[in-house]
Order: sequence, then structure tokens, then C-alpha cells
Amino acid sequence: MKISEQWLREWVNPELSTDELAHQITMAGLEVDAVEPVAGDFSGVVVAEILSAEQHPDADKLRLCQVSAGDETVQIVCGAPNARAGLKAPLARVGAVLPGDFKIKKAKLRGVESFGMLCAEQELGLSDASDGLMELPADAPVGADIRCFLGLDDRLIEIGLTPNRADCLGIAGIAREVGLLNRLPVSEPVIDTVAESHGDTLDVELKAPVHCPRYLGRVIRNVDLSRPSPLWLQEKLRRCGVRSIDAAVDVTNYVMLELGQPMHAFDLDKLSGGIVVRTAQPGESLELLDGQTVELNTDTLVIADHSGPLAMAGIMGGQPSAVGEGTRHLFLEAAFFAPDPLAGRARGYGLHTDSSHRFERGVDFELQHRAMERATQLLLEIVGGEAGPVTEAVSADDLPARPDVTLRAARIKKLLGIELAAEDVERILSGLGLGVSATAEGWTCTVPSWRFDIAIEADLLEELARVYGYNNLPVTRIRADLAMPARKEAEVSPRTLRRHLSARGYREAITYSFVEPKLQQVFDPGLEPVHLANPISADMAVMRTSLLPGLVSAVLRNTHRQQPRVRLFETGLRFIKGEERSSDEPGLPGLRQEPTLAMVATGQRFAESWAAAGEAADFFDLKGDLESLLSLGRAAQEFEFVAGTHPALHPGQTARIRRQGVDVGYIGVIHPTVQAQLDLNAPLYVCEIDLKAVVDARQPAFSELSKFPEVRRDLAVLVDKAVPAAELMANVRAAAGAYLTDLRLFDVYAGKGIDPERKSLALGLTFRDQSRTLSDEDVNLAVNQVVDSLEKNYNAELRN
Amino acid sequence: MENLEPLAAEARTKIEAADDSATLEQLRVDYLGKKGQITALLKGLGKLSAEERPEAGAKINVVKQELQALIGERKQALESAAVEARLAAETIDVTLPGRGQSTGGIHPITRTIERIEDFFSSIGFDIVEGPEIEDDYHNFEALNIPEKHPARAMHDTFYVDEHTVLRTHTSPLQVRVMENDKPPLRVICPGRVYRCDSDLTHTPMFHQVEGLLIDEHSSLADLKGLLEEFLQVFFEKKSAVRFRPSYFPFTEPSAEVDIQCVICDGDGCRVCSHTGWIEILGCGMVHPRVFQYSNIDPEKYSGFAFGMGVERLAMLRYGVNDLRLFFDNDLRFLEQF
Repeated sequence: MKISEQWLREWVNPELSTDELAHQITMAGLEVDAVEPVAGDFSGVVVAEILSAEQHPDADKLRLCQVSAGDETVQIVCGAPNARAGLKAPLARVGAVLPGDFKIKKAKLRGVESFGMLCAEQELGLSDASDGLMELPADAPVGADIRCFLGLDDRLIEIGLTPNRADCLGIAGIAREVGLLNRLPVSEPVIDTVAESHGDTLDVELKAPVHCPRYLGRVIRNVDLSRPSPLWLQEKLRRCGVRSIDAAVDVTNYVMLELGQPMHAFDLDKLSGGIVVRTAQPGESLELLDGQTVELNTDTLVIADHSGPLAMAGIMGGQPSAVGEGTRHLFLEAAFFAPDPLAGRARGYGLHTDSSHRFERGVDFELQHRAMERATQLLLEIVGGEAGPVTEAVSADDLPARPDVTLRAARIKKLLGIELAAEDVERILSGLGLGVSATAEGWTCTVPSWRFDIAIEADLLEELARVYGYNNLPVTRIRADLAMPARKEAEVSPRTLRRHLSARGYREAITYSFVEPKLQQVFDPGLEPVHLANPISADMAVMRTSLLPGLVSAVLRNTHRQQPRVRLFETGLRFIKGEERSSDEPGLPGLRQEPTLAMVATGQRFAESWAAAGEAADFFDLKGDLESLLSLGRAAQEFEFVAGTHPALHPGQTARIRRQGVDVGYIGVIHPTVQAQLDLNAPLYVCEIDLKAVVDARQPAFSELSKFPEVRRDLAVLVDKAVPAAELMANVRAAAGAYLTDLRLFDVYAGKGIDPERKSLALGLTFRDQSRTLSDEDVNLAVNQVVDSLEKNYNAELRN
Repeated sequence: MENLEPLAAEARTKIEAADDSATLEQLRVDYLGKKGQITALLKGLGKLSAEERPEAGAKINVVKQELQALIGERKQALESAAVEARLAAETIDVTLPGRGQSTGGIHPITRTIERIEDFFSSIGFDIVEGPEIEDDYHNFEALNIPEKHPARAMHDTFYVDEHTVLRTHTSPLQVRVMENDKPPLRVICPGRVYRCDSDLTHTPMFHQVEGLLIDEHSSLADLKGLLEEFLQVFFEKKSAVRFRPSYFPFTEPSAEVDIQCVICDGDGCRVCSHTGWIEILGCGMVHPRVFQYSNIDPEKYSGFAFGMGVERLAMLRYGVNDLRLFFDNDLRFLEQF
């Protein structure tokens, strides 16, 4: 809402500078977004009258004007099409400075001297565009400084009102606040009842009283709309950001800006029969004032006559019944449209108007008579005419209820932390227009019709705090009983995980939770993702079922920016439709919102360095990083990696990750075909794992340290290449018996010197007992069992 | 005896010239060993008369001791030269960079959230997380934002279907916490939120931290104290903080909190649009209707809630000038944190 400071000061004029005033209302909850001058910075411009305008001897488009500036008559060369004898217009005299530090000097135009410049609105910073000289009223005093004459030393205050403060969508409401804050009386304009000059009325029928509980109409005959709105009216509208159209429209807009009541004027001759306020019927349409024709929904309230809809009630008038140049008689409307039924309707048609903005938030339902009289009074002053009686249709039961609200003095202390004197409470509340009567515990308050946001005690507390000043409230520290929170030890916090990955060279990324549907399908072709009904763009249309599409896109952006080595990780939710959430996961039925960890790596193993050979990272780099993460929870032995497949990954370099037999994730390298599709120029290693599987840890449990020496034996066996090392090692552990304390795979070899179908695995076995030194026989027996088992199960041969 | 001095002179020269420990050992054997030339002279003392013997013996012993000392010194000199030589050969350029994995880093948003969590958990707030796809009951209705309320229009909601949304704020967690736990309650809830808006200063996803405190005696004065202190510890600056009345459907009274611009200290700059103040969070006393939705007695309990935008805090804290950088994941950006 934009208001003119001068206009506000006509109502209430505190001894505050503009900045102080803006600060004061901001701190009262009417946030001032901007304060701007209403005109450009200029000086030396006066009201002037063109005495004569003749053709320039040497230029078709220029005129030679003799202009009276009050104290002298000067010659001005002017190019404006409306420069004519008798016109009063602003004159920038020699020595004037116009906005942009543009100095006016004596000049010669096509050989003729010009002593100043006649100005358009744009040249004075009054509008963004104009076509010709600014036309001043005929009674403008020649020679007067234009800034004084137009009151241009004014500022435009732009207030960002919260939706609850519809009562401040007019000068009157803001003036009420300013008056209260400064303990000043507010001088309202005198609004008299206009005498009736004739008895013509239109019947008004309320067919949807819930939508429209009150409707006032009045016939005004014989208006002369060729008379323009006076300059003061045009200026006030302009400063509030409203364009002047004609006197009828300008007056309704003026009353809206002044009192907060949106109004509408119809061309009486274009109405047939009486007014019916009803919801639209199926198939009805309406050509609106903005030129578009809309099909009306049956939930939309319309103002109709006996032949059809005339206006979309409270939103926008219709073109066919609009006031225009030929209008002789007016039908003026001032109604109350209830906020709830109207809410969202304008938006449904892609509309948002000054009127819908106010009605949706709540217009004072007792204001219509005053507004009608105010508008009538102004119209008769400006365009003449004769007013008829006011017709009112009202459904009192459907007007908003304003139940009394109780305020207890004890709650002021408890919730605001202040002791407020009774007279201050009463002054503040009655200053806001509430009726206040004292009770034993505090007060009972009646709520004025313009406040839609006061229904309970807390609302009154807010009003008190607001006017008292939030900044004047005390500041205290919170007090609490200190209970020691439970902390599970067997848990690796996500914070620890992030630090660990960071120490291993990974940078945390945060990618959008919505991804491109095609990319989602590359990673999870079997999963139907959650679709957004209104995505912001096609490439952010579905919720991620995996963190990898986002991370892969981040890798691509980096590699395309000459960053060939990228290591990223992310933690966050992935969204799986159709699965029931687990009991410890909050959310909605039929949808898993699963905390997930993903890591990606591409490029060299180590950052380029004198000490690194520049080898490319491979599967085992990523796997090693993941394993080190898994071992943080002391539960590494519960995980196993099993050769597996994934639609986006290389079938020979993919493992499913299992924890105690349950699938918790996968690791691998992007499939070469997918790599090419994605335009990745190097292999990209990826893994994704259920975050809970990583977080869930084991509490440490001590086992006795042996006092006896260990014995180490190394074995090298040849087995078929297809034998998984992990499986073979599990077999060794099982066969080796209870003395085996450690098993290492210290070499893997295939190639020259051995059967091309086979590979050599070198194992280091460490044996030890808690209670004695192991004999050679003990160890030999164990090793023989291992060898026998490997021979039997894997057709292994011992090397050497 | 007459050749003692020439012998000693010869030995001295040779010891001096010896340049490895083997040569030196050979000289020791040659002169001082069992069959050495000096030893031989000592053995020959018996041929001298009893009068001559002490004097001659003493002279030989002086030479012997001298040579022993010379050999010892020479040996030590050779050894330390050898050590010196080895050390010289082993010298490295200690200014070369170290070997191994480079260090990664934590995203500035996470870093900011962790700091916020630390401040609040140190005074007894629990940290709670919740779903990002929410039902409209938790995201709106139970927060006193009924259907068609103008405040819903302020939210630019992403819809999954008619009753399911991407949460537009972290406030639904207030409701979930109140549903699950009984007061007194002290929680903060960090997380991703979503609004259908994308331009220079808006991304369709961003982060908030919600806070909720409910007990039998909390007041607006407590809320002011808590947030003022938080902002000062967060920015490590005693900046002025101001509270302005505002409107949120789920708090009453409601406030917006401004902090004196941490960039220009209130003098006015581009970041604060030359106002000297920066709007930094929203807060208020929990609306009695929200309590009623969650079956908490508003007569017995009072409480307050607050919500802050993490990106805004991070931008101010680290001087980031473009919101979109947070989700671009450019390494040159991430490496700065």
C-alpha cells in the first residue's frame, strides 16, 4: 500500500520527520518498505500561461510561444503538440535545474532564442512517460512555484501490510494508528448525508447473503463526465499509484484509498431491471474491464441485472456496464463482500485487484453508508448531477460476528512480561476503536467492525505489545529445569560421518530434492517417482528416488568447468512411493522418506602432486573410503559386498552392500553407455547407502589380551578367477578354527607364470590362544584344515 | 731407543693421513698391537740397564699414549665425518608439499546449521527432524492456516496432490513435536523447505531452522532474550537487535526480528538496502489455537516459536552474495568453507 505523506498529515500531523514517522509505523507493525519523493528533485519551475503560440519560421514541429511567467513575459520555443494559447503549464525558467542536474540556459533553436523550457510531467519526474506539456488548471496562479502549487515536497510511503491488517488499507486506518501512537486526535473529513434530489432507485436482491450480507446502491442522474477530476484528486491518486481515468472512477478509487471501501460505478442506462447479487450460473461469461472475457465458475459471486452478470463482485467490473464518455447517469455501489467466500476466487481467474485484495482481507462492514455519502458528495462537487436515495439490502445474520473478548490483567504480566497500568490498557484499546469495560479480573472488550483479527485474548495482548512497543518490552533469559538428555552411544552421528568423509577428501554437496524425470529413470527405472503437480520447471519435476542424479549433475557441472577431479558426498532424504515407511521414520503413509548417503568420485586418485603418480581412481578407492566409514561404527564385519547389478552401473564392477543379509545400498562405476549419454568424460565411481545402516553402531566390548605369542603362517593358493575373495576368506575363517585371530589377503596375482584361468591369492593367517603358547602341531593342524577345505571347495592348489 | 722419535713422527703422519677406519685400525695394530713397533720397543726395555730402564720406559709410554689418543681422535673425526656425509646425502627439501589425500569440506549450509544446533543444544534444546513431503494438515491447518487463508498465498506451495505438499516451512515440526511429546518442550528443527519461486533472490529449495519452547512460564520477554543472545553469539558481534510486530497465523503476538546490519554496522550499505537493518527471523508466542490442535492446555502452558532462514544467515556470516551458489556445488565455492 502506497500512501502520500501529505495526505496522511491532513488527517493527523505528528511532530515527526518523515524518517521518524516511517520508523514509528514500522515498529508498530506496519512495515515501511520504501520512502520516495513524489517528484524529481528540481527547482526554478513556475506556473506559466501561454499567451500566444505561433509556427516557428524554420521548423515544422516547433512553436514560438510568448509565455507569461508572472513577473515577465518570455519567449519560449517548444515542440509539444499541445502548446496552445491559453494553456497553463510548468515553465522551467533560465537558471532552473531539472531532475538529473539538468540546468536550463538561454538557447537558440533553429535561429530563434528561447528563454527556458515548458515542461511535461516526465521532465519533472512526476511520471514515467508523458505525451505533451503538463496541463495545469485554468485557475493556477501564474508565477507560483510549481513545487508549492502542486505540494510536491511530499513523500510516498510504501507499506508492506501483513494480511491481518486490512483495516490499514486506507488513509483512515493508518491515521488511526498514527494518532494513537502519538496521542493525537485524528481529524476526519466531514461527511454529511447528501440531500436526495429525486426518488429513483434500483431494487437490490441478495440471493447469496453469505457472500454478500450488505449491498448499498444509489442512482445519480445527470452527471457531466466531460469534466475532468480536479488536480488535487488526480495528484492524490497518482501518489498512491492509481491512474486517473475519469471523475466517476477516480472518485470511487479515492474513497477506497481514503476510507478503505472499494466501490463501483455502473452506467445506469446499461442496466436492465434491478440488481441481483448471486453466484454465477453455469455457462455464464463476462467481459471484464481489462478487456478479457472469462467463463464464470458457479462459486463466483456476481453483480447481475435481470439480463445477466454485470461485474465479478468485489474483484472487477464488467466492460458492457462500465462508465464511459457517454455516461449520463450513474448507479453507485458500496457493498460488503465477506472475506472467506471470496478468498482465492480472484487468484482462480489469474486476477488480483485493489478491490479483491481488500475484500479478501476484510473491509469494515459498517463503512458502506459513510463511503456512499463521501463518494456522492465528491461526485456532485466535480461532475454535478442529482443524487437519489440510498437503497440498502442487508442480511444482518450474515454480517461478521464480533463477540466480546475478555482480557485478564494477569495474562499481560505472564505472556508479555510487563506490568501495564489499567489506564494505559484502556487508552490503547479504546484508541484502536475497541469498547473497553473493566471487570474484576481485567476487561471485556467489544471489537470494532474494521478489525478482522481480534477474536481472542492473545490478539489483545498483541495489540497492547504493539502499541507499547515491542522494543520497550523487557529482555529476560529463559529458565528451565535441566534434565540430562539420553544419548545413545552405539550411534555414529551424521556429523561424525561428514567430518570423516571430509578428512578423506570429499566435499559435501547440497543438491535439489527434485530432479529431471529422465535422469531419475536412468538410475531407478523400476521406480515410479513422486511427481510434483506444479513443478517450477521440467527439469525439476519429480522427487529424487536416489541422491545420485543430483550428485552426477554436480560432477558434470564441475568437470565442464575444468575440474577433472571431483569427490562429493551428500546426505538427505530420498522419496520412495508405494512403500510403507518404517516406524522410526516420520511422515505420510505409503511413502518412504529415507535418509540416504551418497558418494561420487572421478579423476585422479590423489590431487595432482609431485608425490603422486597421477593414477586414476578406481573402484577400490571408493570402496576403501566407504569401508573406512562403515568401520566407524565398529560394525564393519556385519557388512558384505556381493557382486551385483544396477541399471546405471557397469555389470562387472558393481556390488550390492548388505548388512546382516539386508540390502542397504550399492557401489560401482557408471556404465560406459550411460557415461557417454551423460557426457561424462571419465569413469565415475558412485555409491549410495541407507544412512541408518551407517549410523547404527556397536558399543565397544572389551576382550582379554592374550599374554602368549602369536604365530603367523602365509599361504598362497591358486583358484579359478571367478572365485570371490570374500567368500574364500570366509571359508578360511570357518576352517581355521578358534585360534585364528587375524586373516589378511596380502597379494592377488594373475598373469605370467600361472594358468590363465586362475589367480593366486596370498593369505596371512595369525594364530594365538588366550591360555597357552601354541605348539607347531596346533598350528599345522589348523593350516592343514584350511588347505583341505580350500582344495575341496575351490579346487585350490597350494603354490610352492 | 734412538729410533723412538722418528718412529713416533712417522706414526703421527700416517694417523693424520688415514682417511678411513680400516686404515686407522691397521695403524693401531702396526704400532700399538701385540706385535706393533712401539710394543716391540717396550719389549726391548729388558735389554737396558736397570738405571736406564725407567726413563726409557717412561718415554716410550708417553709416545704410546700420545699415539693412542691421536688414533682415538682421528677415529672420532672420521666417524663424525661419515655421519655428516650421510646426513648431507639424506637431506630433503622440507618445503615440498606433504603426501596423501587432500582434505574435503562441509557445505556452508550444513556448517551454519551445525553452529545453530550447537548454540541451542548447549542450553537444552533437542534437535528434531521430520518429513519433507507433508500433509496439508501439518503444514497449514494445524498451524491455523485454513484453506483459502490469504497466508497460504504467501507460501507458493509445491503440491504433490490435493492434500500433500512439499513443506513450505519447518513449522509443521512444531505440530509433530507437540503431538508426540508433552511439555515442557525445547526443540529446534533444521531442514529443507520448498517454495515454488525461483529468481535472483529465491531458490525453490532452501533451509530453515525452527525453534519451539513450551513451558509454564515463558513470555515474549524470554523470546526476545533468547533470540537477541543467539544472534549476538552467532555473529560474534554485539549488534543491536530489534523486534517489530508482524503476522504469522500460528503465533500471536508475532514479531519479525531485525539485526543491525553486520556488514556495515548499521551505517547503511547495499546488503541492508541502506536501512542499517536486516530482517533475519520471524517469531512469536504460540497461538492458542495451535495449542488446541495439539491438545495442550493454553491456560497452563505458554510458549514461543521462531524460524530462521539458514541461507540468509550463511550469506551474512560468510559474505556470500548470490543465493544460487549454495546449490550449484561449484568446487571453487565449496573449497572456501
